[in-house]
Amino acid sequence: MSTTTRIVELRKGVLKKNDELAAGLRKRFFDSGLLAVNLVSSPGTGKTALLERTLRELRERGYRPAALVGDLETDNDARRLAASGAPVRQINTHGICHLEAEMVGKHLEGWTLSDFTHLFIENVGNLVCPSSYDLGEEIRIALLSVTEGEDKPLKYPSIYNSADAMVITKIDLAQACEFDRTAANASIQAIRPGAPTFETSVKTGEGIPAWIDFLVSRSGKSASPTN
Amino acid sequence: MEDASKNVHELSIVQSVVETVLDWLRAQPPLRVKAVNLRVGALSAVVEDALQFGWEIAAKDTQLEGSTLVVHEVNIVLYCMQCQKPEEVEGTQFFRCPNCGTPSNDLRQGREIEIESLEIEDEA
Repeated sequence: MSTTTRIVELRKGVLKKNDELAAGLRKRFFDSGLLAVNLVSSPGTGKTALLERTLRELRERGYRPAALVGDLETDNDARRLAASGAPVRQINTHGICHLEAEMVGKHLEGWTLSDFTHLFIENVGNLVCPSSYDLGEEIRIALLSVTEGEDKPLKYPSIYNSADAMVITKIDLAQACEFDRTAANASIQAIRPGAPTFETSVKTGEGIPAWIDFLVSRSGKSASPTN
Repeated sequence: MEDASKNVHELSIVQSVVETVLDWLRAQPPLRVKAVNLRVGALSAVVEDALQFGWEIAAKDTQLEGSTLVVHEVNIVLYCMQCQKPEEVEGTQFFRCPNCGTPSNDLRQGREIEIESLEIEDEA
């Protein structure tokens, strides 16, 4: 018995299943006219705090946002966000380090997407794993807090390069942390040239109007009076 | 720990590689896979060591047990608007055309995680 060795080309994407599900979600989001936003950052950057304020402000302007919030365990964030009055659901990944399109799809069941103007998907706090998983979002926002260091985008280029815009959070602490805005913006622009960047503080409200204006400008729907 | 695949995403990636190859094998005559060639982009956010560690676990008790996972890292390729052509860049810190310096966000290569090919041994 003799053996021969040969090479067979396969050319198959390993994340194909997730990519296909994400493409299906993207079409649903588009058809419902809502703007889907994937928020990524390390743990503790302030995704939930930013989202809390964002949901409130959008509702005050007559928009109808909803949110999915991913964490390994607990529904603390969903309860916190629900205080804004917006529909919110928690996704518990039970140990998985990122959200996948399938989890997003499953948690949309029973919602009429066309009722919403914005859908925020708060990813699991992690700067590595979420970067490879498309959730069908229209825009991906990467956050960076002033307490983390200006060179974070250089250290995690994969995720910061995948973002469409950046939000610098806790800018009210910039001075105390000796945060160098110029250096931070230079590292963002090195990794993602031209990315719009919003310097924000949910505490003082600094930069929030510009951030909300951006979300409004990217939404295909207009505001309507809330009840 | 309930399931080792959950905490490092490389483990779920190699599991998906194994499943994809096993699916392909089902439609083939009996053969042995010696190696699986994986193309991994510089910006794919996966670490070769973690892939290799996971490979043994994921391949165990399948037709792929004992096969080798070969990881080929591919560079980032950006499309330059100025030069009107794709340009390869080194590393993961430089998103400008290496010829003219124009910044670019138009990534043409560097994020893929793809099973490129299999090295097969036919039994004849």
